[in-house]
Amino acid sequence: MTISIVAQIFIFIGLAFIFLGCLGFIRFPDLYNRLQGATKCVTLGACSIMIGVIVNSGLTAMSGKAFMCMVFIILTSPTGAHALAKGSYAANVKLWYKSVCDKYAEKFQGKD
Amino acid sequence: MIIYIIIFTFLMISCFFCLYRIGVGPTAPDRSVAMDILGIVIVCFCATIGLYTGKEYFLDLALAWALLSFIGGIALAKFLEGRKYDD
Repeated sequence: MTISIVAQIFIFIGLAFIFLGCLGFIRFPDLYNRLQGATKCVTLGACSIMIGVIVNSGLTAMSGKAFMCMVFIILTSPTGAHALAKGSYAANVKLWYKSVCDKYAEKFQGKD
Repeated sequence: MIIYIIIFTFLMISCFFCLYRIGVGPTAPDRSVAMDILGIVIVCFCATIGLYTGKEYFLDLALAWALLSFIGGIALAKFLEGRKYDD
């Protein structure tokens, strides 16, 4: 029920990252900017909250599950974001009109 | 006790931000990205509820939710890329 001080620090760091990531998720103008802003912040915030749970619960089954959850989020969240960005580029989602360069299109122009 | 109120309030506000993007998002990839982010926020919610109640099975719930969210995101990305499900 009560949380120790170290776990509180970790949980509040994670909470700040999650809140700012989701705020950027509604404030950014573009799909790719939103992916960039939200996915990294939310991944780091989730990992920090899981570290807080591990620190608070000691060496129990709960901390083992939290550790598995943390490793799984670290492995899968960037993979999912990469696949979604690639898929939405293939589905012709436009960049923001003020975007200055598109390295992905330049790479394919160089090949052809 | 006040700590849990602060944590749950901020996580709930983050969930509503993601729900706003699911409702308003101009394209379909926006909505799928919002589902992905909402899944991770709900995983954090489950972990914090497990800390609040002291029950272990909320962490099982979080693990299962992370798995299902990842599978759904990958399937939507493959569908958006224009490929079939069997290549």
